[in-house]
Amino acid sequence: MSGRIQLLTGIALAGVFVLAALVSLFWVPHDVSVLNIAQRLQPPGAEFWLGTDQFGRDLLSMLMVGARVSIAVALVAVGIGVGLGVPLGLLAAASRGRLLDEVLMRGNDLTFAFPALVIAILITAVFGPSAVNAILAIGIFNIPVFARVARGGALSLWTLDYILAARVAGKGTVRISLEHILPNITNLLIVQATIQFSLGILAEAGLSYIGLGAQPPTPSWGRMLAEAQTMIYTAPRLALLPGLAIMALVLGLNLLGDGLRDALDPRLRRATQ
Amino acid sequence: MLRFAVLRLISMGVSLLAASLVVFAVIEIIPGDPAAFMLGLNADPQAVEALRDDLGLNGSAPARYLAWLGDMAQGDFGISYTYRVPVADLIVQRLGVSLPLAAYALTLSTLIALPVGIVAAAKRGGPVDYGLMGTAQLGIAIPNFWFAMLLVLVFAVKLRWFPAGGFPGWNDPAQALRALSLPALALALPQAAILARVLRSALIETLEQDYIRSARAKGLSRAQAIRRHALRNALIPVLTILGLQFSFLLAGAIIIENVFYLPGLGRLIFQAITQRDLVVVESVVMLLVFAVILVTFLVDIAYAAIDPRLRRHT
Repeated sequence: MSGRIQLLTGIALAGVFVLAALVSLFWVPHDVSVLNIAQRLQPPGAEFWLGTDQFGRDLLSMLMVGARVSIAVALVAVGIGVGLGVPLGLLAAASRGRLLDEVLMRGNDLTFAFPALVIAILITAVFGPSAVNAILAIGIFNIPVFARVARGGALSLWTLDYILAARVAGKGTVRISLEHILPNITNLLIVQATIQFSLGILAEAGLSYIGLGAQPPTPSWGRMLAEAQTMIYTAPRLALLPGLAIMALVLGLNLLGDGLRDALDPRLRRATQ
Repeated sequence: MLRFAVLRLISMGVSLLAASLVVFAVIEIIPGDPAAFMLGLNADPQAVEALRDDLGLNGSAPARYLAWLGDMAQGDFGISYTYRVPVADLIVQRLGVSLPLAAYALTLSTLIALPVGIVAAAKRGGPVDYGLMGTAQLGIAIPNFWFAMLLVLVFAVKLRWFPAGGFPGWNDPAQALRALSLPALALALPQAAILARVLRSALIETLEQDYIRSARAKGLSRAQAIRRHALRNALIPVLTILGLQFSFLLAGAIIIENVFYLPGLGRLIFQAITQRDLVVVESVVMLLVFAVILVTFLVDIAYAAIDPRLRRHT
């Protein structure tokens, strides 16, 4: 697939879900907090476009609200990763080779040793399950990822002449990092953010599937799958659609990430084509 | 090489110590009184006191931490509050499911990824390459627990080739492997997709090197050049990715065990969370973190053994 088609497909796929999530803030076809056993397991039709689940809730509305939950969790988790990881990475690069850099990078390695699921398990064991725990777990996992990308990108820039010029002009480390380094690693960070966003969607789905994410009555794609598991033979629709939604959104984000990387950094194109 | 290995080993020890401090702080200090936490709100004060004694909670925090470390070093992980047996025994028993599952999944993903990556690289830019890489994109995007549900629907419910869940034990190895097949395949697919992509781009990069051109000029066919020269060099990045992916494999295994009701570490830790068995949670988390740190260490060593240039950078 050429980079351009990839990028456009990615934007279209991810865009559909972002739009659905935004629309669900104002309007959904049916209220998902009302259980209506009389309407349970309705097939898709004029009133319920995708049918209803075993509690009589409209599947389309559930999927829309689920999109909102997934996207919100993954987005805030990326925010945590960027907000803490990028300053740490810039700081490490600015003090390259010195003790501070070493300490920051060892801390980074340590955080890497805790997979998001393990962080979620630790937090949940003590505080109980909630969507906030999922955000924290995925967010903490994101911090060393962004720190590493920011440091790697910044390190190569610190050796360049224009940075030397800025230092001669009397600019301090912080100002150079913010004014000259950060703008030049933004592309790298955007691509990484897209990747972490898509990993975040997958992680959120996994966590809520095993009950460590958003709690009832908030609909989430992962929990919808967990609830549909026993119904997979009688109402496969309930188990198929949330999974397809996760896959389509993640696929869209991955295509978007690949497309962006090619568009923003032509040097990488050769290796991936 | 020896100096490099020793330095890495020390660094691994420091990481482990730091990780154990984090785990200890979260599990034993944040809840305030772990004994009261484990027994819940309406617990009998005497029972709480007895559990405090059992868990050795009456010492100071630093003393408890050191005692915990010392016990773990000797293989003593404490007694599970819910199962009333040593946690070490529980872990060994559950590893009998989780380790073979991980190994099975790793084998399957390598068996799938190698031919896919090689064929895609060899047919670069053609329809076969696009087809394989498109499939790999789907494989990366599919949530493995959902893929597991689909596998159950097709191969367990409809075709009845494999059981839908449960584990019969290792008395009958054939049946045990059969029970692990669907979970291993569900775990392997996303891994295989990532590996195939990495292998393909590594191979493509290697195929453009001068020594491959020399090999081709010498009269080797493209397939021979790949087999004899390119593959070996392309395996280095694949090894790194395998190491990095290990923590995802671990996390995936924990979730997948819950889909198939397999009595492995994943089930153990979930039951421990619901039953607030902090002794088990603490030990299993430490074990998982240890596994990730150990794999990172082994990959570093293997990497340095293959490519001597990497030893200098540390």
